[in-house]
Amino acid sequence: MLETAFLATAAALVVLAIVVLYRAVKGPTMQDRVVAVNVLGTNTVVILALLAVAMDTEAFLDIALVYALLNFLMAIAISKFTVKRGDVI
Amino acid sequence: MNDIRMGIIVAMLAGGVFFTFVSAVGVIRLPDVYSRAHTASQTDTLGAGLVVGAVVLAYGFESEVIKAVLLLVFIFITNPTAAHAVARAAYEEGIEPWTEGDERR
Repeated sequence: MLETAFLATAAALVVLAIVVLYRAVKGPTMQDRVVAVNVLGTNTVVILALLAVAMDTEAFLDIALVYALLNFLMAIAISKFTVKRGDVI
Repeated sequence: MNDIRMGIIVAMLAGGVFFTFVSAVGVIRLPDVYSRAHTASQTDTLGAGLVVGAVVLAYGFESEVIKAVLLLVFIFITNPTAAHAVARAAYEEGIEPWTEGDERR
């Protein structure tokens, strides 16, 4: 019962992540793409946490932790190195 | 697992899906990069927070709950910081904010 709810939530989040991919493909500026990929990465982290409960695989939580930190690093690195000079944070 | 806890978990999952839906609609529909960064960070933090909170409740008192709480804390700290950095990079590149009457970008 509870596994079904978690799997249904994961399926809905997958659909929403595919919808957000439209902005990553189209987005006129680079920053639009970074925002869209950031949302997609957060969705991936949440889906991994849901699958860890639904499939009873605790290793997915470790993968989700690493993925969340890499996602943050991606956004910071891209926004730092696309600006010509100056501090981003 | 008693019924009250299951009801709370299902309600939190539904709320998380709703806020993620709002975030997806905002990222697709809003007119410029600043408003998109706003809706992405705000509702994505709330949506992810609710769903990971449901994961924490589902685990209960086990050792995995530490990892789930750490995930929650990292999402809460890193998501607004990343959105701030992206918006500031857009401003430094000279992208003008959208005002009423401009065409949508």
